[in-house]
Amino acid sequence: METWELLSKIIFLFVILAITLVVAMYSTYAERKVAAFMQDRLGPNRAGPYGLLQPLADGLKMFMKEEIIPTMANRTLFILGPSIAMTTALLTGVVIPWGGNLTIAGHVISLQVADLNIGILYIFAMVSIGVYGIMLGGWASNNKYALLGSVRAASQMISYELAMGMAIIALVLTTGTLSLKEIVDQQQGWHWNIFYQPLGFLIFLVCAFAETNRAPFDLPECETELIGGYHTEYSSMKLGFYLFAEYINMFISAAVIATLYFGGYNFPFLNRLPLDANVLTILGSVVFFLKIFFLIFLFMWIRWTLPRFRYDQLMNLGWKGFIPISIANIMVTGVVIYFKELFF
Amino acid sequence: MDSQNKFMPQDYIPIMIQSFIVLGFVLTTMIMTHLLGPLRKSKAKLENFECGIEGMGNARSPFSVKYFLIAILFVLFDVEVIFMYPWAVNFRDLGANGFLDMLLFLGLLLLGFIYIVFKGALKWDNS
Repeated sequence: METWELLSKIIFLFVILAITLVVAMYSTYAERKVAAFMQDRLGPNRAGPYGLLQPLADGLKMFMKEEIIPTMANRTLFILGPSIAMTTALLTGVVIPWGGNLTIAGHVISLQVADLNIGILYIFAMVSIGVYGIMLGGWASNNKYALLGSVRAASQMISYELAMGMAIIALVLTTGTLSLKEIVDQQQGWHWNIFYQPLGFLIFLVCAFAETNRAPFDLPECETELIGGYHTEYSSMKLGFYLFAEYINMFISAAVIATLYFGGYNFPFLNRLPLDANVLTILGSVVFFLKIFFLIFLFMWIRWTLPRFRYDQLMNLGWKGFIPISIANIMVTGVVIYFKELFF
Repeated sequence: MDSQNKFMPQDYIPIMIQSFIVLGFVLTTMIMTHLLGPLRKSKAKLENFECGIEGMGNARSPFSVKYFLIAILFVLFDVEVIFMYPWAVNFRDLGANGFLDMLLFLGLLLLGFIYIVFKGALKWDNS
């Protein structure tokens, strides 16, 4: 790798990190505003115009709060838990292609931090490590609510990971590659994967809700029975890390869904516009972010619309509902592709 | 093949850099919040939160074996899902043979799944 390439990658990496943090910050604001809108309230409106400085105020408050580590807790693991949650959340976004290629002074710069040939597997690996953050935090607290919350979270996440993995396999059957960049490039024009994998998309979407512990699957932090779930004992920025990691995960899953099923930075008629290549690339990235924001809105919309599942319903849906359906989806996809190759 | 030359081990360098940056960020934030917040410890405050009731014993007591069973089943199924990735990527090259083999594999997987369902491993309430 040449020096300028590495340098551009590092700059781009910082830009993406900053965007991720800002989007996650403003997701907390957006969530409260969306909730307020749906419940006919005003939502945060005191800090700055329209309450736009609310996330900053919240962040500052988190920093200035007292850090409490219970005497019964395991100190090392107690600190390690939220750190792992945050680290994995921030590392997931590396492989997502945020845009096409920019040409600056003869150098082609790809708007993707790392184009791995196993991009999807990398995301899965990171998401799986994220379970440890919750599990360790809940166990280390030495609190019954926290332990129950973390055990619930772990079994929920691993159960839905299976169906998610199988939904991805059906997608990989149609694309034939695990690189996210190649998957996006295949979806030019209207060839979005959602039209080829509608069932797979539905499974993936529901599993993404379960993986990010969002309502209606927010049983790990179900206030009515478990106080705060796995983060009951946490305070100051350690609590902030758990909450923040959830919003980052939501942003990243929205980005992954947009990449895999909604054409990423492609939009119809992209190549027909009489514009400069660089302008088109930036336009594509803007469209990609619009798709992501719509999906984040969908996450919030569903959270404030649907009630929470009961735990046995959740497990039944995951194991007896989605796993057979996703196996059937793989088989049907395989048969269709095979006969399409054979006869056309 | 084209794709073999396109992907290199140095693709992972940005990920390494990102890991260092993220670790640095997490560490500094953790130290900052430790230094910035007030420290007014008291014995009652550092006890575990139990809804106002006096804490009773250790929380790390045994919990339902169902969770453990789910974890074991997850490991079994996840390994099988991992086997499918290479097949899915090379699906078009493998042709009829590969497809039939995988159908057999999926059929066996489904049989195992039906077995655990009828065995009641996924039943959450015993009523």
